[in-house]
Amino acid sequence: MPGPDLLSSQGLRLDGRRPNELRRIRCKLGVFTQPDGSAYLEQGNTKVLAAVYGPHQASKSKTSTDGVVVNCQYSMATFSTGERKNRPRGDRKSQEMSLHLRQSLTAAIKTELYPRSQIDVYVEVLQADGGAYCASVNAATLALVDAGIPLKAYACACTASIAWRGSEPEPLVDVGHVEEAAGGVCLTVSSLPSTRSVALLELSHKLHMDYFDVVLSRAMQGCRDIEVILDRAVREHLAEGWTKQDVVTI
Amino acid sequence: MWTTKTFLTKTKRGNILKIVREHYLRDDLLCGSAACNICPHKDDEYILDSKPHSICALFDYEHYLILDTNVVLHQIDVLEEDALTNVIILQTVLEEVKHQNTAIYQRLLEIIGKKTRKFYSFVNEHHKDTYIERNPGEKQNDRNDRAIRKAAAWYASHLSINNLDGQYPQIVLLTDDENNRKIAQEEGIVCCSVKDYIENVNGFVGLVDKLSKNVIPESCSKDALYPAHLTPTQIHTGIRNGKLYQGTFHASRENFLEGTSVVSGFEKPILLQGHIGINRAVDGDIVAIEILPKEEWRKPSDIVLEDKADDPGDLLEEDTELLTSVKPIDTSDDEITPTGKVVGIIRRKWRQYCGILKPSKFPGATRHLFTPAERKIPHVRIETRQSDVLASQRILVALDSWPRNSRYPLGHFVRSLGPIGDKNAENEVILLEHDIPHARFSEAVLACLPPDDWTIPEEEIKKRVDLRGLCICSVDPPGCTDIDDALHARALRRAGPRAYEVGVHIADVTHFVRPNTALDKEAALRSTTVYLVDKRIDMVPDLLSSNLCSLRGGEERLAFSCVWEIDENANVISTKFHKSVIKSRSAMTYEEAQLIIDDRSRQDEIASSLRVLNALAKKLKRKRLDNGALLLASPEIRFQVDSETHEPMEVQAKKILDTNSMVEEFMLLANVSVAERLARDFPQCALLRRHPAPPPAYFHTFLKAASQQGFELDVSTNKSFSKSLDAAVIPERPFFNTLLRIMATRCMQQAVYFSSGTRTQEEFYHYGLACPIYTHFTSPIRRYADVIVHRLLAASIGADVTHATLLDTKHADALCDNLNYRHRQAQYAGRASVALNTHILFKNRVEIESAVVLAVKRNALQVLIPKYGLEGPLYLPSDKFTYNEEEHFQICDDVILKTFDELTVRLSLDSTNLQHRKLVFQLVKPHIPGFSYEPEKEGEKMDVETVVAEKSNPEDNKGKSTQKKKRKDNAEIKSKKKIKK
Repeated sequence: MPGPDLLSSQGLRLDGRRPNELRRIRCKLGVFTQPDGSAYLEQGNTKVLAAVYGPHQASKSKTSTDGVVVNCQYSMATFSTGERKNRPRGDRKSQEMSLHLRQSLTAAIKTELYPRSQIDVYVEVLQADGGAYCASVNAATLALVDAGIPLKAYACACTASIAWRGSEPEPLVDVGHVEEAAGGVCLTVSSLPSTRSVALLELSHKLHMDYFDVVLSRAMQGCRDIEVILDRAVREHLAEGWTKQDVVTI
Repeated sequence: MWTTKTFLTKTKRGNILKIVREHYLRDDLLCGSAACNICPHKDDEYILDSKPHSICALFDYEHYLILDTNVVLHQIDVLEEDALTNVIILQTVLEEVKHQNTAIYQRLLEIIGKKTRKFYSFVNEHHKDTYIERNPGEKQNDRNDRAIRKAAAWYASHLSINNLDGQYPQIVLLTDDENNRKIAQEEGIVCCSVKDYIENVNGFVGLVDKLSKNVIPESCSKDALYPAHLTPTQIHTGIRNGKLYQGTFHASRENFLEGTSVVSGFEKPILLQGHIGINRAVDGDIVAIEILPKEEWRKPSDIVLEDKADDPGDLLEEDTELLTSVKPIDTSDDEITPTGKVVGIIRRKWRQYCGILKPSKFPGATRHLFTPAERKIPHVRIETRQSDVLASQRILVALDSWPRNSRYPLGHFVRSLGPIGDKNAENEVILLEHDIPHARFSEAVLACLPPDDWTIPEEEIKKRVDLRGLCICSVDPPGCTDIDDALHARALRRAGPRAYEVGVHIADVTHFVRPNTALDKEAALRSTTVYLVDKRIDMVPDLLSSNLCSLRGGEERLAFSCVWEIDENANVISTKFHKSVIKSRSAMTYEEAQLIIDDRSRQDEIASSLRVLNALAKKLKRKRLDNGALLLASPEIRFQVDSETHEPMEVQAKKILDTNSMVEEFMLLANVSVAERLARDFPQCALLRRHPAPPPAYFHTFLKAASQQGFELDVSTNKSFSKSLDAAVIPERPFFNTLLRIMATRCMQQAVYFSSGTRTQEEFYHYGLACPIYTHFTSPIRRYADVIVHRLLAASIGADVTHATLLDTKHADALCDNLNYRHRQAQYAGRASVALNTHILFKNRVEIESAVVLAVKRNALQVLIPKYGLEGPLYLPSDKFTYNEEEHFQICDDVILKTFDELTVRLSLDSTNLQHRKLVFQLVKPHIPGFSYEPEKEGEKMDVETVVAEKSNPEDNKGKSTQKKKRKDNAEIKSKKKIKK
């Protein structure tokens, strides 16, 4: 079978998770005061900050009468990876990630409400340990919520890979860096779980059609699990938000 | 479900890189014990008994065993016995074993998989109560030992909770690490060494014999015979600064004190000589080598030397004999090879070895010397109390260690294969030594088979092209039950030039062997059917190979057909592939088919079809040869086997008829057609077969020998080579040309399978067949490569769906490696079987036959008996013969012996050494007084004479005591080696 052993004989993954378990997710909304909305999200050792500005009047070149323009910038801190990165943003990978981020967020935002306006989303990856894109989407969603921008649904992203238990395929959810680097396929799904729609789908390697469905459904399940966590975080934040900060500022 | 504790582990790699990894600790891991009433087990999750029965006298209470890593690594043979049960394997141990030895890891997994053995693997590394972090400054090994102790202590207390009455199993930790044992005792953990435990086990006889005698090899500095090996760190730095080299050690088959190793940076393999130079390396080990200064470089010895010592104790005899004979005379000699010595072992590649016990001088002794069947492996010291029984048996032995103060490595007995000389035991040895999977097919595999009375269902026929009306027939060797190809030919009735429709129909094995089933995996593992003289080890179960897939006469069978339109001059006009249903009219032997073709009175459909095929085949062959295909030869023989005793009765060289070549031509054509199609449709993952052109250096000795006979051969291309081979004929020596071709074959490299994604288009070339692309399509019953090719072709024509692994280049590459390995091993096993049967055949006979010289060595001639296809060394005493190294000939007075010369020799079997029975060749003609065998002295007198001759001539004696197994592969390697020098 292709790919190395990602599952032990006892059915645990390299870091001790079972195939259907996400990494530990911790998040916090409203970490900054300057932007209109902000969030911090940890997914295992992957740590991401997101900040949202807007909606505000769009610059001349970008303006659109159909709806709001979502402007995204994805950047990775120079200290985010094991070996120091030289360009935090503007390289091919970051630009690609920015476009992907925009695609996911545009799908979630009710863009038709703000014609001729613009929303800026800045995402900074502080530490990358696999699934940086997913963490970025999830953090950006929280930041948008924090900014009070109307969303159709939470945009959640999750990866999935495949391992073999004997000869049976066993999809793995929320792939970490070690598993990613081991050379298996990695399917990234960004979706709006409550509307059951997919905003973005990306596959890193070739995967035979026979296994595609199981991997996709595992990734979608991961998105749903993440949505539950995000939703709980938002509710907790709102509950404590009324009692403290916001009342004071009003 | 998941605990939210994160632990960070740091590791260093290369240029110090901090790696941070998550490590989740869980609270849902089970202890697996039926005595536990805390863990939420489900019924089928109890592995360990609640009241385990104790079999060890030292611990007469109920207990579970926890094993240390060193116990698993060294005593896996003991664990595989059904004696020890209720054992806990910790994940720490499992990971360490996996890291150090994958073979043992696999065996351990197999034991854990067996429900009856009650081995439970406990994930202590992810359990919240048993995980420990490495302390600063603590070595990894020490941490792991601590983890094991921690788990043992946890188990003990875990089981005691809620078992207040004291009726719960204790934990016994087995470890061979003294230090670990000491600390464990201090911590209050019951522990014991494996030796003490096993020696007190009741009721399992022979378990003690399997104990590995593991000594830390470098610790025995007292009376050390061998220099110590360097430590892994020393080796690592040595290799890094380029002082040491890493390579695989290849022992010489002829000389036990010599070996070679190919390392990067040197064109020639590094020569390693003498006990000290080899320093306890065993064939196959990965070793660290230090290159000696240039003044000490030597030539590979070309003498034959066998370890003849009858357990001389722990002494190393002087290597003088070896070393004087190879002292360089002239340092500019181009045969001088870089010489080195082994300074450390990077990785042992020990496996289990077949062989026999050397008879011991003292009855009742427990220490014995074991002689492996493989001559590259040194003798092994083992301890057994069953020597009386085992003396007459073929046995399997595992190596344990090789301490510095022991002349031989230490090992232990694994199992007995059967009495020496017994046909089954001997076959078993051949199969084991060649690593051929030959166990019965498992239940899971047999479950994949269709029922015995399977017939073709209607809907299957509808999907296929119905060719049942065609006159299809098969031609095979006599006695063949796995018929995988059938042919048909008919003239096309249509306007225009005359044309024929020719079809090759191949058994549709892939209809039954579906991808990723147990059957498919077993077939992929076996890769090929192995043919021994009296036995066939099938790749797929008998029901398929000799019945449902075999294209038997008069029965409807599924086939994969390749149908061409071919014009009169054998040009292919069009090619079609389709799955079909056929009904073979007749399954013929080559001889029967030949008779039908030759019998002018027969004008029926079969006869005319065969004649068309034959005529076209001849044209195809002509074309192929004009393209530069080589006609090569290898001496092949057939045994006539007694139907009752299965003993060989007679040997004959295989006869080649027109019909052989007729079938062959169409198979070649089919293979080429399929290969072209696959390469076009699957540029990344088509399974093809290539034959690289041999480097010119390989031909060196061969060309020299040929020119001594007056022929200058042109080996620049296969076309010119083929032409000059055709021209090299001596009218009065008809065998000479065949001999040339035999020798030419040995200069070639092997053809190999490969995946089209791993090579460039130019490298696809098949040198021997002179075609740009080639594959194997025509024998899916006996070759797994063909099965894959069938699947690919079926996907290409839309008859079947693809599956994931089929289209994966990496997977295809790994598959090819296995195919090539198994293919080679199967060939070697077949030859070994021929050798075995030759020995049985010559048990009670002596013959005088004509022979030819294949190669000239320093102290021997390699001769071939064309009649039997037998090959072996004819030893020449150095006091009579002088060896000319420049021109490769031996001279004695006025007799010159050189390559390709014809001789007459006397053949007999020498059974003095049971392990290595060998054929003895004695020179009859040309006559050399005092050396040649005298035909007038008959009977007993003669035997006396040879014995005397042997005794009186130490050089000759040494030579004669070596095995003269007729091994073509051996000779092939030899001849290549010579040329390389």
